[in-house]
This record gives sequence, C-alpha cells and structure tokens, in this order.
Amino acid sequence: MNSFKYTPATEAASAVQSVSANPSAKFLAGGTNLIDLMKEYVERPNELVDITRLNLAQIKSTGGSLSIGALAKNTDTANHPLVRQNYPLLTQAILAGASAQLRNMATNGGNLMQRTRCQYFYDIAMPCNKREPGTGCGALEGLNRIHAIFGYSDKCVATYPGDMATALYALDASVRIRKPDGRDRVVPVREFHRLPGEAPEKDNVLQHGELIVAIDLPKNNFAAKSYYLKVRDRASYAFALVSVAAALETSGNNIRQARIVLGGVAHKPWRSDEAENALVGKPANEETFRQAAEIALKDAKPLKHNGYKVELGKRAIVLALKRAMNGGAGKEA
Amino acid sequence: MARYIGKEMSRVDGVAKVTGKAKYAAEFQVPGIAYGFIVQSTIGKGTIKSIDTAEASRAPGVIRIYTHENAPKPAPPKSAELKPQTNSQERDKSFRALQTNRIFFNMQPIALVLAETFEQARYAARLVKASYAEEKPMTDMEAELKSAFMPNPQRAPKPRGNPSEAFQTAAVKIEAEYTIPVEHHNPMEPHGAIAFWENEKLTIFDKTQGVYTVRTHLATSFGIPEENVSVVSPFVGGAFGSSLRPNYYPWLASMAAREIKRPVKLVYTRQQMYTGHGYRPQTWQKVALGADKNGKLTSIIHEAANNSSTFEDYSDNTTNFPRSIYACPNVDSPQKIVKTDMSTPCAMRAPGAVSGMFALECAMDELAYSLKIDPLELRLINYADVHPDSGKAFSSKALRECYHLAAEKFGWKNRKLEPRSMRDGRMLVGWGMATGVWGAFQQPASVKITLRADGTAYVASGTSDIGPGTYTVITLIAAEYLGLPAEKVKFELGDTKFPRAPVQGGSFTTASVGTAVYESAQNIRQKLLDLAGKEANSPLKAAKIDEVEFADGKLQIKNEPARSISVSEIMRRNNLTELTDIHEAKPSPERNKYATGAHGAQFVEVKVDPDLGIVRVTRVVEATACGRIMNPKTSHSQEIGGIVWGIGMALTEATEIDHRYGRIMNPNLQHYHVPVNADVLEVETMFVEEDDKIVNPLGIKGMGELGMVGIPAAIANAVFHATGKRVRDLPITPEKLL
Repeated sequence: MNSFKYTPATEAASAVQSVSANPSAKFLAGGTNLIDLMKEYVERPNELVDITRLNLAQIKSTGGSLSIGALAKNTDTANHPLVRQNYPLLTQAILAGASAQLRNMATNGGNLMQRTRCQYFYDIAMPCNKREPGTGCGALEGLNRIHAIFGYSDKCVATYPGDMATALYALDASVRIRKPDGRDRVVPVREFHRLPGEAPEKDNVLQHGELIVAIDLPKNNFAAKSYYLKVRDRASYAFALVSVAAALETSGNNIRQARIVLGGVAHKPWRSDEAENALVGKPANEETFRQAAEIALKDAKPLKHNGYKVELGKRAIVLALKRAMNGGAGKEA
Repeated sequence: MARYIGKEMSRVDGVAKVTGKAKYAAEFQVPGIAYGFIVQSTIGKGTIKSIDTAEASRAPGVIRIYTHENAPKPAPPKSAELKPQTNSQERDKSFRALQTNRIFFNMQPIALVLAETFEQARYAARLVKASYAEEKPMTDMEAELKSAFMPNPQRAPKPRGNPSEAFQTAAVKIEAEYTIPVEHHNPMEPHGAIAFWENEKLTIFDKTQGVYTVRTHLATSFGIPEENVSVVSPFVGGAFGSSLRPNYYPWLASMAAREIKRPVKLVYTRQQMYTGHGYRPQTWQKVALGADKNGKLTSIIHEAANNSSTFEDYSDNTTNFPRSIYACPNVDSPQKIVKTDMSTPCAMRAPGAVSGMFALECAMDELAYSLKIDPLELRLINYADVHPDSGKAFSSKALRECYHLAAEKFGWKNRKLEPRSMRDGRMLVGWGMATGVWGAFQQPASVKITLRADGTAYVASGTSDIGPGTYTVITLIAAEYLGLPAEKVKFELGDTKFPRAPVQGGSFTTASVGTAVYESAQNIRQKLLDLAGKEANSPLKAAKIDEVEFADGKLQIKNEPARSISVSEIMRRNNLTELTDIHEAKPSPERNKYATGAHGAQFVEVKVDPDLGIVRVTRVVEATACGRIMNPKTSHSQEIGGIVWGIGMALTEATEIDHRYGRIMNPNLQHYHVPVNADVLEVETMFVEEDDKIVNPLGIKGMGELGMVGIPAAIANAVFHATGKRVRDLPITPEKLL
C-alpha cells in the first residue's frame, strides 16, 4: 500500500474541495472495496478524504419519491421500512450482495462506485487497461468466464459487479451529485455507469471531485411484482455470474410496464428497453417472458469461456419474471 | 469402564482460541523485530536478467533486500523428511528461495524486503524491478498428457491378473475420463514465522504440521546441529497438508534474521500462499470397468496422471487406495506424472484417495446404470472381504455395516433408479452414494508424562494440532489411563523441546501419540505398582500390572477397587513428588499380518435447479468405520469438516491458471470459492465402531481425511441421478448443467 494522507471531512463542501484540489485524492466511505484495492496496489490514492462523518445517511420520503443518502449503509437501506414496502426489489438486490458484515460497512454511494472483480484488474503483474491504460486486456483472450457478453470493447471485457445498481436501473433511480462548485447535478442511474470503449479506466461519468450525495427513487407501481434473481458459484458471498432485476406492473393479466435489467453481463447493468417494450400490452405468461428473454439476449456476443451466460441469462429472465408475477416470493406461480 | 474414552469432551483449547489467548506463530511478541515481504516473479518461466533494488532500498524503513544475487546459500539439502511423496530415492530437491536466476513457476519468490514495519516492507517490495529473459511456460497438463511418465516404474504396484484381456471379454463395460483441477488448501491462518538467533542457536515460531521436520530442514540448511534449532508451533490455524513439508519461508526468515542480526517476521499474504506451499495437483484419470452381467467386476483399469513441477516428481498416488476397494481379480492402476512449470504439489486433505475415489466411484455409478443395478447393490456384490492385492484379512472392516446403516438412515430404498425421476416442485432431486477409504496408519511417536503427587499430570509431545482436536484427545487419553480428572491433566505440544513425534498428517496422530500416552501411562503404573507392591502390607501386594488401574487418583485392583492406594500416598512413602516417563510407541509388528484401513459410506441428496444449473447439497448421511472413537464431539466435527471439503471439491473449488502466463489468476478468497455456511445444509455423521486391537492397543484409526473421500463422487452421482447428466470434470458449476 502506498502511504497516503488521511483527511477527515465534516462537511460535504470541504470534502469536495479537498478531493478537487488533489488529482490523486479519493473519497473514503465504507472502504470495503477501496481499501482492498489499495492493499493490492490497484488503487493508489495519496490522500483519502473520509466522508463518513458527513450528514448524508438519511433515507427520506420526498413527495412521492424516496431519497436514500449516499452514506446510508447497505444494511440500513435494505431494511428500511419504506424501501421494503415500496422498493422490495432494492431490498432483495442489496441482500443478495456480499456478506452481512460487508453490508454493515458498505454505503450506497460506495456500492455504485465499486470496481470490477475481473481477476486481471486485481493482479498488478497482468495487463489491464482499466488499471493501467495501454497495457492491454488480459481477459479478452484469457480467462473470461465471469466477463461481459454485451457492450465490451477490445480494450476491456470486465463487468460491473454490483447487485444494488442492477435493481436501481430497473427502478429508474437517479444519482444526485455534488459538484466542486457546490451545486448538485442529477444523473439518471442508467447514464451513471459507462461502457468501456476506448477509456475503460473510467467506470462512470463522475468527474474528479464530484461526490454522490443521494440516490433518488421515483414512485412506481412495481412493488407488488418484482424479483431479483442472482446466479452465482456458491450460495452466498460471490458475485453474480448473471443476475436479473425484474419488475412488472399489470392490469389484470396484462402487462402495463416492465423492467428487465441483467447484472454480471456488461460494464454496467444491462437494461433491455426492447425486451421491456415487447412485454408491454402482452399477457403475463411464460411464452411472453420467453420472447422477451430472447430479445434481451439477442445481441449478446460471448467470449471464449462465457457462452453459457447467454442461455443462463434467458432462463434467469424467464424465472425472475415468473417470480415477480408471483409477488417476488422466491417461488414461481 | 471408560470414564473419558468415547464420551464427548469439549476442546480443552477452545476458550483460549475464542478469546484470542491462543498464540499463533506470527503473533508472538519478540522485541526488535524486522518485517519481511516477499517479491514474486511476474513470469512463469525464464531467467532473471537483472534485478534492480536501488529504488526499493531507498524507501522509508527498508533495512535490507535479498535477491538471488546476494542471498546466502543453504547447505545442500539432504533430509529425506523433506521429500515429496514419490517412489524415487533421489535427494531432496525441494524449492529454496533466492538461489538462482532461473524462474521455475510464476509467482516464484525473487526478493525479500526487510523493513521496520510490515507496511514499509510491502511498499518497498513493489519498487523492486526485475527484467527477464522470458520463456513460454507449460502449465496445461491435459495438453501435455502424452509426456506423462511413471517416476519409478519398478516400484509401481504390479497389475493383478490380466486386466486388459478381462476388459476385452467383459459382458458389460464402461470407460470414461475424469478431471479435477488444481485446488488449494486455504487454511484461515496464513503461513508465517518469526525467527531469531542467539549466538548459533536459532528459535523459530512457525506454522507447521511438524516441528521436528522444520528443525531438520533448518539445521541442515545452516549446517548446525539439530539441538541448536528450536521450533515452536503451539497453535495452527488449519493446514490440511500445506505445512507438512517446510515451505520456503522458514529458511528465508531464519537466513534474514541471521544476516541482519535481528528477529525477522515473515508472513505470506493470501496470494503468496498459492505458490508458497503446495496444492492438490491437477489430475486426469481414465477408468475402464468390465463386469459380468450380474455386476461382478472382472476388470478395473484405472489410469491416473497428475501434474508436478519441473524440479520434483510429486505423485498424488491417486490410484493406490481405489485398487483395494473391490474384490476384482484383474486390476491395473498405473500412476503417472506430467511435468509443468508450476511449484510442486503437496498433500491436501485425503491426497490421492479423494481424487482417485472420485473417478472410481463415479465409474461404478456409471456401471450400475449400464447394468440397471442399484449402485449400493453393485458395491455389495463386489465387496472385498480380504485385501484384494495381498489376500490378507482386514484387522477390521465395517464398511458393509456403514453401507447398511447410512442407507437405512438416508432412506435409500425409496430411491428410483431412473435419472430425473424424483422431484421437489420445480427442483430435480438426485440421490447418490459412494465409498470412502483411508488407511489406519501409525508412526513411531514419543511422549513424556509426569504424574505428580498433588494429583495432577503433565504430558508433552512434539506433535501438532492443526485443528482436529489433538490437545483434547490426548488430554482425554491421558486422563483415562492416569485415572485423573481431565482438568488435572495439562498437555503441551508443538515444540522441539518435547519428545519427538511425527508430523500431523495421514490421519495418524491420535493412533501414534495416543498409543504412546497409553503405553507411557502403563509404564508409570508399573513403576508405582513396583513401589507400592514391595511393602509387606500393601493392598496391591503381588498384583500384576494388568490387574491394576488408575482411578480417581488411586492405583487399584480392577475387580476389587477396595484394594487401592492413593498415588500421592505411594509417592509420599517413597519420598517422591512426581514420577516421569518418556516413552516411544511403535507400530506393532502384528499389524503386518493383516490388511488395515478405515472406511465409510456416503449418501447424498442434491436438488438441482433445472433452469439455472445450481446444485444444492440438501442432505448428507455419512457412516464411518474408523476403529474406536475417542471423542465423539471432535470426531463428528472432523467428519462434518470433511463433508464440507467434499462439497467444495465437487461444486465450487478450482485454482484457475492462465496458461499463457502460467499464472494463477484466482489466488484469493473472493475468486477461489470455498463453500460458505449457506452451502452446507443437513449433514449427519455416524460412526460404526470397530473393536480392533491389532491396529494399536486403543483401536484408533484415522478419520480426518476419510470423511471427505467419497463425497465428491457421491455428489456427482446424485447430480447424474437428478439431471441425467454425467459431469466428469470438477467442479460442477452451473454452466455444466445448462
């Protein structure tokens, strides 16, 4: 680990100023990912601005929507009565991630910011354009069982690993960001994470010094019919091979609105508007779900070791939609 | 009647462990310590052209940096104890760090940075720059199977009968290949040591399964007498075979401590553990079974190959245990090695047996389906009542009882033979079974017992407790045979100041050290009886050793407990405050007249998600026959742990190597998946006790490895039963079932 300066912040403004003033500074919240990466020499900030004392942990209802503070812990967010009641998909997704201990430390803002779990990114002896631009992508022709099937470039085939964000994409959340000039800007979460393109070192659209202060969830009618399904290599404490955040709003047996977001398949949660649209106005049954799943995966371009994600993704979508229809109880109707 | 043996005893070291009082190697406080950090190669094969330590040397707190250019050379290794498991008689070629510019494997240590703090050492380690003349590494064993060779063919087991001809003419035959990837032990405690010198005497706190092995290794390396080396290892946070051989760090730490004249602490990171000790080698196996139409085996041809390093021939002995399981007249079991540019493998819990039995027991399941015979029935048809190679009777073998008991508990008779015939809602239900086997080994081992007039006893042995409960079971045996309450017995281990004992491996510790305690307690009984019996009015007058026992602090006539004298009284009358016996127990020659072994039967239920390919092991019933159970509590714990290991091997564990670089790409607990609690559901372990005075006087057999041996096969067989899909390549990850 490099030596670094530790700067505790008590106000958002000063925290943003501290990081803005130092191109090598980073915000420190739960530290569950950042500190690990620093130990591995993957992240090398020379200053950590500790934001854990900032007053950004509230979860509050604002009009019809819900604002969850960037510093609210994952555990508290998942178990908040308003989240459980109105956004059970988010509760399920958060609780599908990491372990209880990690969720107790991890914050919502940090969760959005977590970095890929690509093995090549973690090993500083290996090429990785995300870690060291210009060194190449180790996974492109290497071990890529856990890698992307959508939206990758020859510079990077890594996936975004988080569960929480996958649900947030389905819930049309937006990210409230404090800019260095003290003003806020709001970015729809769908536009928050980037695809790797030519600059895989950039995971998202946050500019240096900008600080996530809250995540806003608009009112929706998905609470009764949503489900987060995660397929992983063991029952807990593993990242998704494929996950699906599925949500439906129905009228009778007819689908009025649908959300299908895949996790573990791209550099960002992968929402398929086309598949969602294909569901709208259709009866909620297995056949419709299958058609939507085919559409959602039709543009997948698997790598050498992750071809299974295409079929797995389809099956996971169908199952998640069936479970959503069944009230999200973990069993299908 | 036994007071302790066979009754549940909680771990005597349990409180110390959960309160943090138990000190592990790297936790000892030694003043003036310097911290080491290992720099590893970034290539898999080649030569170091140059290594630049200038920048690292200038980093804050750096004391010194060693590379192959300035590290002292150890004396040529010669100890047989360090050799890998091989039939070869060559001298030890175990890996020594910083001795050459050659790179034999990726993540090979190329420098050692010493600094005032751990963080300073770690930081400076990143600044060491090596340039290499790189060569293409070969780590893909399966691609090089054609180069497989027998390391020592003249010592390989001879074929039994005429297996190829019998296979050709068999009425029913199956032939299949099975593969298992490299796996790592991943004990919780990283390997580490603290070494310091006082004049020419070395003390090292080390994580090891054998303090005496480390002592020999270091004494040889430094050319000093063995008595000059003290190895201390009171607690080990799991090792599973990874600390059987001294790894490269004890010498490195000791060398550095000697050179800089300060104590040195050197601990592997989790990543460094992946090449800092061995691993379960990758195996390829091919099993051909021939049988008559009634299911009687007529031929077993079980071929195996495992990878080793380029500099040592490590054989996992994959086919050795399987060839003794079934009464089959024609058997061949060639075992080969493929050299790869990797570090040398080593024993990992149930080495060879679990890999070999995975292949054999899956093949038996395949044969059962070819014959349409119940898989359990097929095992019983081919049950070996005598050892099929030697023809010797088993000293005891309650495998048949294990099959019946576990099958009964499991409800096996309700199984439908047809795959995909059982369901629980959407889930496919599969039931599978397999056989477990391990040896009933015993090694020479020594103990010291001091029985005191105050009603306490002290017991010591240079053995190890890597977690199975050796502290507890030895205390229990001593309390039993010294007739004292267990809390009055103090047992110490893990130090070369104690009498010599073998490494903790092969599941032979309790049989070896426990027998030594039993015999030593007998010696003490004899000494006290001699003292007590010489008095004219002694109640024990003319009593023979076998007629007396220790009980409640007294020496008494077994059948007439009223005739007794208290131990303190005997000592008082003889002006003694204590009596000490040092004793070495050796395996009895009687054992050689018999075949010995420990066995078990495993029945497994899996539920497989038909859409997602996720396998859940919902139920395991395991019956184990391994002699007499000393402490049921820790014994069940061993078997449960074995089952968890089996679940990991079957479903989740694999060390992934990028063959382009010869580099392990998942050397951490996020990418290498050991099972978590949520993966382990209902587990029931049972023992069928065997009364076997031939293996040793207490009838103890090993169990630590046995519990996992059949599990991967039973799970794979259950997955086949659930899905109709035969997965012969571990681990069974979701994509293999889509």
